Amino acid sequence: MATWFPKRAGGAQASWLVSALVTGVCLTTALALSGTRSKAYTAYSLAVHKTAAIPPFARKYGLPCSACHTAWPELNAFGQTFKDNGYQLMNDRDSPIWQSPAYFPLGLRTTPHFNFESTTKQVVDSTPGVAGPPFAEKTLTQSGFDLSGIDFLMLGTLYKNVTFGLVPTLDPDGTAGVETAFVRFDNLGGSPWANVKLGKFELDNLLSEKRIVLLSNNGGLYQNYHFIPLSDGTNFELGANQIGLELMGHSLNSYTRYSLAVLTGTNGDPGLGAGSTYDAAFTLSHAFDAGSMGVERLGVYGYVGQRPTVFQTTGGTPIAASAGTRKPFYRVGVTGNFSFGKLELLPFLMHGFDDKALTAGTNNATWNGGLLEAHYIVDPQLLLIGRYETIRMSQQADPATPSDQGNIDGFSFGIRRYAFMFSRAGLALHGEYSLTKTIGNLPQSGDGIGPPLTPGTAVWSSSLLLGLDFAF
Amino acid sequence: MRSYTRWVAVVSGWGVLLLAAGAASLRAQESHIGKLTGHAAAGKDLYRRYCVGCHGPDGDGAGENAPWIDPKPRDFTLAVFKCRSTPTGTLPTDQDLLNAMTRGFVTTNMPPWRPLTNQHRADLVAYIKTFSSKWKTLKPGTPITIPAEPRLTIESVLHGRGLYQKMECWKCHGSKGHADGPSAATLTDNKDLPIRPYDFATGSRFMCGVTNEDLYKIFMTGLDGTPMPSFADNLQPADAWDLVHFLRTLQPLKTPEAALWKAWLAAHAAELKPIGPGGPGGGGGR
Repeated sequence: MATWFPKRAGGAQASWLVSALVTGVCLTTALALSGTRSKAYTAYSLAVHKTAAIPPFARKYGLPCSACHTAWPELNAFGQTFKDNGYQLMNDRDSPIWQSPAYFPLGLRTTPHFNFESTTKQVVDSTPGVAGPPFAEKTLTQSGFDLSGIDFLMLGTLYKNVTFGLVPTLDPDGTAGVETAFVRFDNLGGSPWANVKLGKFELDNLLSEKRIVLLSNNGGLYQNYHFIPLSDGTNFELGANQIGLELMGHSLNSYTRYSLAVLTGTNGDPGLGAGSTYDAAFTLSHAFDAGSMGVERLGVYGYVGQRPTVFQTTGGTPIAASAGTRKPFYRVGVTGNFSFGKLELLPFLMHGFDDKALTAGTNNATWNGGLLEAHYIVDPQLLLIGRYETIRMSQQADPATPSDQGNIDGFSFGIRRYAFMFSRAGLALHGEYSLTKTIGNLPQSGDGIGPPLTPGTAVWSSSLLLGLDFAF
Repeated sequence: MRSYTRWVAVVSGWGVLLLAAGAASLRAQESHIGKLTGHAAAGKDLYRRYCVGCHGPDGDGAGENAPWIDPKPRDFTLAVFKCRSTPTGTLPTDQDLLNAMTRGFVTTNMPPWRPLTNQHRADLVAYIKTFSSKWKTLKPGTPITIPAEPRLTIESVLHGRGLYQKMECWKCHGSKGHADGPSAATLTDNKDLPIRPYDFATGSRFMCGVTNEDLYKIFMTGLDGTPMPSFADNLQPADAWDLVHFLRTLQPLKTPEAALWKAWLAAHAAELKPIGPGGPGGGGGR
């Protein structure tokens, strides 16, 4: 029988619980002592390898973080317009020539935290140290203080209507990467409807995973953005930054937006991958002025691509750069952003398709997914978060696979308290509990190590995270 | 009986006074823009989110970012506003405030708040009005009348050029509109802070709008709180339109005025006296 909470094992459980309580008390005390009643009450942030909330913009323009973010790092309507304008206010003072020579467009974000991770039904040797079989299923639990990676957020303008983005990242183990690197030409021909971006960038997802407000291993991603069916080798994730060329346009207030992108089929990895394969992405959304309720936005999106299934060979060995036959995959869906005063609802629906040739099966793999994330913005300094996410396979590639194999349900609850808010830096006290149920497979989030022994059984993975999310 | 009547009269009088005061207070707590009614209570939360960093929690323009901003944020406690449709020295209409908020101010840190809903902007207008008691005691001015724009002719542009010289616009804005006139460096605003004149050569739009009507309004109402006066008492409407036509030629934009001017200059440049001390006076086409 599936349970809501993972089975716990005595001493270890007590240990993490004590640690969690101590951490919570310490953080709350620190918060209380930090002068949260300060007159300055606006803030900023960024999330680790996830976000593009950029304190340098606040420093450049003198605006409070809450001007662009409902609660950082999520953008509000004004922030979306600012981004769509190429990080420009459009007041003829956007070029760096107008800034003090000392100004440098660099922001840093990281999140030291306490973390508890647990995953049920993990396969272990029945006798530790003696290689199975026989095997047994155990709940693996870990907890401790940890670090997230670091984002170096450099985005801004090179010149009026010439925007750049460069986001090197550093994982806690020292692994470096380049999450974002692009140049964008804004307002071509004086029109906001024509902006061209070249490089590596986040797809124009209305529901941005780079600005996600949950941070844990289970909650800090959208399952739908990374889901690939069992035995499917398609290397594509909607949430991964891709490399290519994007044409994007918007109305003056960004209520109407579109984007079209041509992307190299490498899922954002540098290099040309398996020959010349190109993907295409589009988004289209429109927002409505709902008076005191706020701005209500509804959009559609799609991503279509091909991946190689047959390669040229030399001496019988496939030549990676010489892909022959390619087969298609796509993701399409609807997404929204609805405000009801302080309550914000973010629905998302997706249908996925991978050609059977990509799945090593006899059927095309198809599935449907969705999520609903709710934000209650008590005030610009306090955010309550809840999310439910689901993925349901509608057709398995292998008819012998249980129909629900790979299905996912995710639940998350979080709270973010912005200790102070002003336009130089930001600090958020972050608390979150996220839980994911995956049927018969290794959860794609959390710290699990493999699928359960029995196909079709549920694996629960949970995360508790208490941290200090800061950006400067 | 007489004392009862007197008592009723006194109470009634106080009642009327209280009602009047209440109505005035309520008016100051609201904004009325078309069919929209903005509410200060709702605007307070929005002000905290969007405006407080520059304009400050007390609306006095002393927000935490104010020291690093040039020009300084507006001090709402003075209830002096640059962009109005009303005569100089009067309060702007609620629509004027909403327009300014929507449009932003070019070459300043005040962005266009167009992405906010109309209701939210109306709420902000209502809240901004709570910072000064003037909104309780005074009514906004009556918007000026803007006559229809006459046909663009080279005579109109030339006459406008003459007025630019005659009205001494060049002393601040410079002979070519580059904001480099002899007085430019000495200008201060109503808080005795340095202020620069508008530079026609770099601005893609005017401080208070983009249309010819907006430009007409600027110098017929003045930019209160700045050295830019109202010329309503010195310029006839036809003259004001001529000045508009000439000022348009100073912008680096493809406007009908600029095209006409460029074509005329190609054959007549040598006929023009330079603008500045000893310039062309009020001459020109008219």
